[in-house]
Amino acid sequence: MHEGNSTSIASCPQISEGLSWTLHEGVIELALHRAPCNEIGTASLEELEKFAVALESMQAEAHALIIYSEMKPGFCAGADLRELYRRSQDMEMAAAASGVRDFLERIHCVLNLIDAAPLTTIAAVHGVTFGGGFELALACDLMIADKMARFCFPELRLGLIPGFGGIPRLKRDLGNAVVRDLLLTGRSMNATKAQQIGLVSQVVGEGEALRAARATAAQLRKFDRATAAAAKKFIKPIPQGELRQEIDIFCELFARPAVQAGLRKFVESRDAQPYLP
Amino acid sequence: MQTTDQTLEEILTLAAAHFKVPRQKLAPDDDFFKTLGIDSLQTLDLLTKLENHFHVELPDYELQGVSDFRTLAEKVQARL
Repeated sequence: MHEGNSTSIASCPQISEGLSWTLHEGVIELALHRAPCNEIGTASLEELEKFAVALESMQAEAHALIIYSEMKPGFCAGADLRELYRRSQDMEMAAAASGVRDFLERIHCVLNLIDAAPLTTIAAVHGVTFGGGFELALACDLMIADKMARFCFPELRLGLIPGFGGIPRLKRDLGNAVVRDLLLTGRSMNATKAQQIGLVSQVVGEGEALRAARATAAQLRKFDRATAAAAKKFIKPIPQGELRQEIDIFCELFARPAVQAGLRKFVESRDAQPYLP
Repeated sequence: MQTTDQTLEEILTLAAAHFKVPRQKLAPDDDFFKTLGIDSLQTLDLLTKLENHFHVELPDYELQGVSDFRTLAEKVQARL
């Protein structure tokens, strides 16, 4: 990356295995492209951290950030449960729990940075937007969804709660009854329903989410950047206390044998619908 | 209100078009995972297609264990 040179940033896409980003005409685009569906494990986290560092250097010259997926199944299927299971099998529970806490602290740093970035952030989602993927989208200011998008918090099936800040952010945006429905039933919700409850700002045709996000970003360019940043800071507080609490609850739950059993069941599942809660 | 048979026919047509399988190759009692050759993520696509087409909500847990078009049609019909 050519630090301090915006023209170079704009003309040179930053590409790594699981994601890449560009800055062009004030719009940062973060593309997710880790097969099969952008599962977030250690490698993805490291890449997101690199992006977070770059975001801090790019945001002075950008008014919008669009996050989208290039993977056909969807935006992001959430945490890499296979990696989580494998790692927890390779070490003592205390070490595994400590590793999980470290992972959560790091992903929270990235998502808090995206959440509070002084530019308007748009998640352009399609297909599977589950668990950690849903939480990534929730860190954004606007969600634009392809009509085939589905949202879900399936974590209870594993004996866990969402760990990437999902519940505090969902509570910030929606009524508690909706949060309870999604969390406690683990059911998935389509884009139309998500728009009805106020989660999604625009529902568009199949394959049109990125185009609509770009059109929205072009509109945002008309506004004074400092005013937009001040408005965002005023209306979108980071729920710091609940985010800390979430990490503690997640780690407490993770240490139970039932979670290991749930992870094993998912990893070894021959069920045709392992993604369904 | 439409009948379950009409719902079934619409589901078969919808599935054939979305997964690019000839309609005549699909039968009501087929295991749709096998006939359509779909995995769990594609099953979510089918669920979304059905919800959008019929303007209903189908909670995932009501569909667990459902693998044939006829039962699927009954689940949809119950929500119309």
